[in-house]
Amino acid sequence: MKFSLTWLKDYLETTASVAEICDALNAIGLEVEGVEDPAEKLAGFRIAHVLTAARHPDADKLQVLTVDTGEGEPLQVVCGAPNARAGMKGVLGLPGAVVPANGMVLRKSAIRGVESNGMMCSVRELELGEDHDGIIELPDDAPVGTSFADYHGVDPVIEVAVTPNRPDCMGIHGIARDLAAKGLGTLRPIAMPAFSASGACPVEIRTDDPEGCPAFYGRVITGVTNGASPDWLQARLKSAGQRSISLLVDLTNYLMLGFGRPAHVYDLAKLSGAVVARRARDGEQVLALNEKTYTLDAEMVVIADEVQVHDIAGIMGGEHSSVTEATTDVLLEIAYFNPARIGATGRKLGLSSDARTRFERGVDPEFLDDGLDLLTGLIVELAGGTPSEVVRAGSPPSAPKVIAFDPGLTTRLGGVDVPEGEQKRILESLGFAVAADWPKNPNVTCPLRRHDIEGPADLVEEVVRIYGLDKVASVALPRAEGVARPTATPQQKLERGLRRAAAASGLNEAITWSFLPEWAAEHFASGNEPPWVLANPISEDMKAMRPSLLPGLLMAAKRNADRGAAASRLFEIGRRYFRAGNGLSDEKPTLGIVLAGEKTPRGWQGGKAKSFDAFDAKALALQLLEAAGAPVANLMVMGEAGAQFHPGQSATLRLGPKVVLARFGIVHPATLKAFDVDAPVAAVELFLDAIPTKKGAVFARPGFTPPALQAVTRDFAFLVPQGLAAGDLVRAVQGADKAAITGVRVFDVFAGLPGKQGGVPEGKVSIALEVTLQPGEASFKDAELKAIAEKVVAAAAKLGGELRG
Amino acid sequence: MTDITSQTEAALAAIAATASLDALEAERLEALGKKGWVSLALKTLGGMNPEERTAAAPAIQSARATIADALEAKKAALEAAALEEQLARETIDLSLPAMPAPKGSVHPVSQVMDELAEIFADLGFAVATGPEIEDDWHNFTALNMDETHPARAMHDTFYFPDRTPEGREILLRTHTSPVQIRSMLAQGAPIRIIAPGRVYRSDSDATHTPMFHQVEGLVVGKGIHLGHLKWTLETFFKAFFEREDIVLRLRPSYFPFTEPSVEVDVGYSNEGGRRVVGGHGDAPGHAWMEIGGSGMVNARVLEFAKVDPAEYQGFAFGLGIDRIAMLKYGMNDLRAFFDGDGRWLAHYGFSPFDQPTLSAGVGARA
Repeated sequence: MKFSLTWLKDYLETTASVAEICDALNAIGLEVEGVEDPAEKLAGFRIAHVLTAARHPDADKLQVLTVDTGEGEPLQVVCGAPNARAGMKGVLGLPGAVVPANGMVLRKSAIRGVESNGMMCSVRELELGEDHDGIIELPDDAPVGTSFADYHGVDPVIEVAVTPNRPDCMGIHGIARDLAAKGLGTLRPIAMPAFSASGACPVEIRTDDPEGCPAFYGRVITGVTNGASPDWLQARLKSAGQRSISLLVDLTNYLMLGFGRPAHVYDLAKLSGAVVARRARDGEQVLALNEKTYTLDAEMVVIADEVQVHDIAGIMGGEHSSVTEATTDVLLEIAYFNPARIGATGRKLGLSSDARTRFERGVDPEFLDDGLDLLTGLIVELAGGTPSEVVRAGSPPSAPKVIAFDPGLTTRLGGVDVPEGEQKRILESLGFAVAADWPKNPNVTCPLRRHDIEGPADLVEEVVRIYGLDKVASVALPRAEGVARPTATPQQKLERGLRRAAAASGLNEAITWSFLPEWAAEHFASGNEPPWVLANPISEDMKAMRPSLLPGLLMAAKRNADRGAAASRLFEIGRRYFRAGNGLSDEKPTLGIVLAGEKTPRGWQGGKAKSFDAFDAKALALQLLEAAGAPVANLMVMGEAGAQFHPGQSATLRLGPKVVLARFGIVHPATLKAFDVDAPVAAVELFLDAIPTKKGAVFARPGFTPPALQAVTRDFAFLVPQGLAAGDLVRAVQGADKAAITGVRVFDVFAGLPGKQGGVPEGKVSIALEVTLQPGEASFKDAELKAIAEKVVAAAAKLGGELRG
Repeated sequence: MTDITSQTEAALAAIAATASLDALEAERLEALGKKGWVSLALKTLGGMNPEERTAAAPAIQSARATIADALEAKKAALEAAALEEQLARETIDLSLPAMPAPKGSVHPVSQVMDELAEIFADLGFAVATGPEIEDDWHNFTALNMDETHPARAMHDTFYFPDRTPEGREILLRTHTSPVQIRSMLAQGAPIRIIAPGRVYRSDSDATHTPMFHQVEGLVVGKGIHLGHLKWTLETFFKAFFEREDIVLRLRPSYFPFTEPSVEVDVGYSNEGGRRVVGGHGDAPGHAWMEIGGSGMVNARVLEFAKVDPAEYQGFAFGLGIDRIAMLKYGMNDLRAFFDGDGRWLAHYGFSPFDQPTLSAGVGARA
């Protein structure tokens, strides 16, 4: 809502300054979004008296003036206006002033060799109108030297944000009422116009839809003259940010802006028969005032005559019966529409208007007659014509809400003590009727315009916002005794720990969009489940919910590469989104890692740059799973990392054959191509919901004393069939003597050179293991070591491994 | 006697003159070896009578000791010289670069979420979470925004074509407030929670992204009022910005889920082109900045969440995490938060060891 100070003062008698008014508006919940003070724009422009005017020696169309500015010597000013002449009074812009219309800073200058010390201004240059035929001519009594802003009477414009619960403040009068309650002045009584109505309304008015349009009042005015609005009206509308259209339209807007009361004026000549509020018929169409055609349905209320729809009720009038310059007879409509239905209609049509904004929030049901009379009076005064009596169809809601309100609630809920008398004063000044013996009789009756008031808490809000939220003192929350208790859940601790572990491993945490382009989501879909796509995405790139964290990170890595980054080490902890069986979502906490580009740059030590490989991914996966408390020692390395991974260089880490804790490996070249990424990329995804939580963990660790005897190591090299997973061999050897063997480490893998000295036969691989044996109470005897070695060899043999000679 | 003396002197001179361990060994053999002259001289003692032996022995023993000491000293000197020479050969140019270790970082949003959790834990708040894909009942209806409520339309909601089995619309949550409902339904009252997380609005320009982060706060108990809300926010901001001069201004506002509703402004000043939180907004050089919405939980919301409004009341607030992160740590472009630019992450991200703690201060200084 924008309004000028002058307009506000029509309704509010006040001596408060603009600053005081703005402070009060903010304090009572009408947030000031801006103040435009034309006085600032007109700084440096003052009233001047032209003493002499002579032809410019070198220019036909210019004159050289001497101008009295009210102080000091008269100034010489060059002027091109044809009406500039000796003796006139006008407006002079002094050097340093900024011309409002074009932002030009005035300077002392020479125009065609003649010094000029300022500029005599036109109406347009000062943004006071369109006239640019000559400079402003002021009356003879204009005081020379006075600031033009002061003389002209500047009118600051205040813009406030009205919250949707306060349609009563979508008119300046309502704002004035709130300010008066705050003590900023006195609300003036509304000046009802005097006019005489004659004769019954010649048009039949009905509401055939009392639910959608409970009340429809009308009146005909004959013999009006529509045309341009007077300057004061145009200025008012301009201050409120409205364009002047024609007198009749402007007056309905004036009523709407002044009192929050939309109305409509029909050209009577375009109407035929009864004018009825009814539901639209499915498919019925109307060409609205915005020159668009809308197709309506039976959920929407319209105003129609016997031939066609003339108005999308409460939202926008129709083009056909809109008033024009030729209009002489009009039908005024003031109605009350069901707010919910107006909102639904507006949303369905995608049509916004000032009227809709007010109707869907709820206009004042008690202001139909007064509104109609105010509009009638204005029309009769400014456009002439003869009004008929009012015709009323239906009636607006009239049962006020009565709320039992205990003044103590203000303290209990609002945290501030407000004396009962002050509470009563505040409520009454806002139009609430407080019982005479309140609070003994707790009843407070709400004005019908306050659709937002539902219960006593709303009345607390009214009291507190007017009394002053600044008077609410801070009160400490009751505090539990002792040191604050830990609050984090196991899942939260897991995520926090993982995040810092990942960052400590040299990864940068990114946050990427939860939505992806549909193709990217499809590419990473698991199984046949189609991507979960938004009904109203903001763009094609943000359309489908991500089934994996990798596509978002891949796209980030690509952007980084495009910017010249040699490497991206990115991770993200977030959710993957799936449809759950119950129709809702299944959001799975996940950690994704993308390692793209160079693992190590070319260097004086290492030579060529190295790319990331699948073991970099594996190392991170295991390290982070360990940080997450997963039983890493028990994990199995299995396949099926997914089609987005290199089939031969990727794996899953599982706890048992079914529970997949992670997948990792080199990203499939086809995936890289789809995401337009050049370098090889390694990736990891940890499925945090699959990591088992430790149950019943205690602070004390299991008992442990470092063994007194030193461990011994023995090396074994086995020829195993090609294709045997080294992990299986390690696991088998580990199990050969669980008491003695505490570690098995692969230290060499070799294949090739069949038939040669030291070579490995075709179809075989040599895997060398270092086995750590930990003696218990006594050192191993040779016979024991021999027995363990035999068990190791036997375990390897079960997998087809033979000890290499 | 002079013979031994002169031989000793000659041997000492020879030892002193050796330039290598091998030459030194030769000298040792010459004097102290099995056939060395000292060893031979020692052997002669066996053939002497006691008087002769007493007279001759000290000189020979002394020569042996002197030469042995000289050999030892020379050996040490030669070894030291050899080591020195070897070390000199091993000299490397340490101005050459070492292998760089990649430096990881924690995203500012995560860091601030950890800070929030730490501060609010001290005030007795647990961290609650809820689904980001919500139904319209939790996101709107239970928050006192029925289907026809104009505020619904103002939320720029992303919808899915799906419906729940109950026929509810499925959408991306537009705020973290549905977590209020879920938490109260799950654990009832009294309750103190914060709920940080991703939220979504169909809005995109220089200062808005379709996804952003919010933190919801909820306190429901007996006798909780607006004064507690003010204290809680003040206390939080003082702890978060680690300054005592935080001044909040509460302004009446409107949210369907609170009554009374309060907009929260914080005083700030401009320093070096940046907004610095602190001071009274009306003080010279200062202004107010909107920082969040809040209010007393609407009785209808409590009813929807199966909490008896006759017994319990409370407050709720919502803050933009990205915004307070920007205010505290000086980022000026929200869009960069979600770009994954390695340079930005390295610059604005945090060390993994900047884990917020109350004892060290929750913030991490640059």
